[in-house]
Parts: sequence; structure tokens; C-alpha cells
Amino acid sequence: MDRLIDLLPDLWEATAETLYIVSFSLVLGGIAGLLIGLALYATRAGSLFPNRVVFGFLNVLVNFFRPIPFVILLAAVQPLARSVNIRGIGPEFGIFAITIASMFAISRIVEQNLLTVKPGVIEAARAAGASRSRVLFRLVPREALAPLVLGYTFIVVALVDMTAIAGAVAAGGLGEFAIVYGFKQFNPWVTWAAVLIIIVIVQLVQFFGNGLARRILRR
Amino acid sequence: MTFIRLTGVTKSFPPTGKDAAPVVAVDDVSLEIPAGSITGIIGYSGAGKSTVLRLVNALEKPTSGTVEIDGRDITRLGERDLRALRGDIGMIFQQFNLFDSRTVAGNVAYPLEVAERPRADIRPRVAELLEFVGLADKAKNYPEQLSGGQKQRVGIARALATDPRILLADEATSALDPETTHEVLGLLQRVNAELGITILVITHEMEVVRTIADRIVVMENGRVIEDGAVFDILSAPQHAATRRFVSSIIDEVPSGEKLATLRQRHPGRVVTFTVRDGDVTQADVFAALARHGVRFELIHGGINDIGGRVFGHLTLSVSGDADAVDAAIADAGTHAALIEEDVRG
Repeated sequence: MDRLIDLLPDLWEATAETLYIVSFSLVLGGIAGLLIGLALYATRAGSLFPNRVVFGFLNVLVNFFRPIPFVILLAAVQPLARSVNIRGIGPEFGIFAITIASMFAISRIVEQNLLTVKPGVIEAARAAGASRSRVLFRLVPREALAPLVLGYTFIVVALVDMTAIAGAVAAGGLGEFAIVYGFKQFNPWVTWAAVLIIIVIVQLVQFFGNGLARRILRR
Repeated sequence: MTFIRLTGVTKSFPPTGKDAAPVVAVDDVSLEIPAGSITGIIGYSGAGKSTVLRLVNALEKPTSGTVEIDGRDITRLGERDLRALRGDIGMIFQQFNLFDSRTVAGNVAYPLEVAERPRADIRPRVAELLEFVGLADKAKNYPEQLSGGQKQRVGIARALATDPRILLADEATSALDPETTHEVLGLLQRVNAELGITILVITHEMEVVRTIADRIVVMENGRVIEDGAVFDILSAPQHAATRRFVSSIIDEVPSGEKLATLRQRHPGRVVTFTVRDGDVTQADVFAALARHGVRFELIHGGINDIGGRVFGHLTLSVSGDADAVDAAIADAGTHAALIEEDVRG
């Protein structure tokens, strides 16, 4: 307990680092995932821009990365990170690895949520004279906004989780704090303090996401 | 004046399975739809009527044949011209297909935004349209707060936003209860009469066609099997499928089991007269029967008003002295041009 009090400044720093990693990964992975997800949605058979080759390629690409366990992906992308001048440890590496892992997961979530828009609604927009790209980029995401918000909320929670795992390879944040000062020094108080903060972050994110989705759905 | 003309139009879709043959949804269809008319395309599901509708606003391209609107072949138009064309053709749907993320006013404004109308023009136009469909007080509501009939009226307002010359209705009343159906059909009639918009309605309900259409096109297996004025088709259907549709709203000449039951219940000779406006009148028939002093009663059938003209089958049981009955029926047959007597069972 005393040890935890001594470590409090480090704990706050680790919390800030976790938030830093999560928010950057969310923005980068979120945008990349949104684009891949839109492309998957648009190119599937019967959609707005059906294209077997592009859809097949993206589908295989996503399916290739998705099953790789994140701890292994962390190690696997280290050389790749170094090749773009990012050190193999530290928060920047965490952001790099999490962005890669999350963009493929996000793309699936985006694709699935866009698919909830009824084909009839798209047909109505096309019959009103809207171009395919207008429907794809403006109407469909707006119509699917509430499930998209919930999907992204789910992803933020997953990002917090990934950040903690990345901590195991010294990517910083609460994960590293819990492992270095708690687990490795046999101090469960420290571990639990990190866990508690992670739980608080997750709860806040979920609360905010649910509220936003409710507002969009006007319920 | 022919406004929409389909000439030898075939539309086939790629096969669904590996060894399946391509699906021919529309098979060599030729149609002429006059300007200002309300035409009903009727058929069972899978008859190809939905595809015909989508060929008119080019959401589907024909595999072969041409689709002309106001003399212009739209099958040759590029995407940009097609978008302009669709602004001239409104469409409403069975499931309404409103945008849930937009208010009622936002839904109606959508085609205007797409057509890049100035913002200052959109607002009054939307208000005018909502007034026309009787939903001025719902402008700020969202679709989920509306009843089915209200949703369809929003759909109609949205379809009319860009002042189209054609309105396509895809089973527009099939999801509505009878009373609301009536309301929506009344609105469509106003759209036709007050705005002069040519309406193409597809449905599987003869009642809808009878209520608002002046022309019927009957489709089966991708082909047009019958096509003509509503009164002509309803009073003299040629094909089996057409007869089935007609029988849903007009009592048929009884036959088979139905006839046997009637015979059992009524001892006299059972005959059916077909009454047709401008051709056969009931008065002639009844007067002829009365002259021969026979008793007769109406046991089946009835009179229908089809666009202000009378049509129907009247099945009578005629009884009395056998010779008088024969003479009466023969006499009625000469006065009234058409008498049908069913084979005795």
C-alpha cells in the first residue's frame, strides 16, 4: 500500500500514456478501418460498386490479419515499425501495432453496421437522383450512425485492452505499469490499482458511447 | 400520346447458382403508356412487374430492347443524364423506404438537395408538399413516429419534390390496412388529376387497380399477357391468370362445386346473365322473364361499378311451368345480348 502511494505519480503518468495510445490508435485505426470498411461494403456483390477483385482482395487481407493473436502481432510488426523509424518499444510502437491490429477489426465492424441499412432506402435515394458515391459517403454512414457509434465504442474498449497487452513488451501505459511494478514485484495493490483505472476508463467510454447512440436514435 | 414506350424489352439476371440458367425477369415486353394516365401493372410475385418499374427509371438496364420516355431512348443515357432523368420520375415503395436519420421535412427535402436546388427554395417547397399530403404539422417528426399511412404520404411528398412528370408506385399500398389504402389511393388520384402526373402502379391487388387505374397490364412469367382499358379487361378477361385476378373482386359465373351447391339449394333452372354497360341492361332481362309469368330469384353474383360503368354476373334461379321457363329464358336471351346457361350438373 505504501509502495502504491510512492508510485502514484507513475500511475498517473501511465494512465495518461494509456489514454494517449488509445486516442491516437483510435484516430488512425478508426479512419483506416472506416475506409477499408466502406470499401468492403461498397464492393461486395449487389452493392453500389460491386467489384469481385477488390472485394476478394480486401476480404482476404482482413481475414489474414484478424486471427493473429495480438501478442504475436506485436512481436511480428517490430521489424516493420523499425523500417519506418519507430522504435520497437514505447508508446509510439504501441500506437503503431494497435493501429494495424485495430484497423482490420474496425473495418469488419464498419462493414457489418453499414449492411444494416436497408437496400430499399438506398434504392429510394438512387431513385431520387442521388449518385452512387453520394449514397455511399453521405447517406449510408448517416443512416447507420447509431450502430457505428456503438461499434466504435466496442472498439475503444478493445483498444484499452490491447494497450495493456502492448505494455507487456514495454510499450508503456497502465499495462506496463501493472506488470513492472505490480506483477514482477509481487505487489497486488499496484496491479489492482492499474486494473481499477482501466475499469473506470472502460466504463466511462461505454457510458459515453451508449449515451451518444441513444441520442442519435432519439430514444 | 404515348409517354412511356417499352419496345421488345428483355431483362435477365445472372444465374444464382453455379449450374443455374440466367433468370429472365422480363421477357420481350412491349408497352405503351399514355401521358396523364394511371396504369396498373398486375401480376403475382415473380411476374416481372417490379423489374418493369425499375426499367422505367433506369435503376435496371434492359438486356435488350429500348425504353423511351417522351421519345427519348433512356437505355443509351450516361450516369449523369440518368440522374437528371430520375429527378423527373418519382418513386414510392411498399416499405416506404424513408430515411430514418432525417425528419419528415428532411426526407421530402432530400431529392431537392440532390438536385442542388438553392436552400432558400427548398424550405417553401417542402412546406407546400407537406401541405398537399396533409402532413404540415409533422414536419419536425421522425419517420418512426408516424403511422404506415402517414409514412406513405411522406413517401409521396418526397417523390413529388422535384416536380416529376411520372410517379412509379411499387406495391405502395400492400403494407397498409384497407382504410389507409383507400386514403393513399385517393391521394394518388389527386396527384394524377391536379398535377397531371402519369402514374404507373404495380400491385397484386385487383382492388387497387379497379379503384384508381384507367388501364391494366397483366403480367405473368415476365410477359405481358393482357393489356387494355380497365373496364374491358374486367368485363372480358381472356387469360386464366387475368380471370383469377378479376374473380378476386367480381363474382364469377358459378361453376363446379359452387354451381352444384346452388342447384341443390334452389330447385329452379339456374342461369347466369352477364350485365354489361352499354350492351346489356338488367331491365331487358327482367322484363322478358316477367312476360312469361315465371318466378325468379337472384341467387349469386352482383353488379359492379367500374369507373362509372356497370358490369356484373347475375345468377338467377328460374322456376315455374317447364315450357314457360324455357321460353322465358330463350326470350331473355334474345333481348339481352348475352346469356350464359350452365350445363346441368
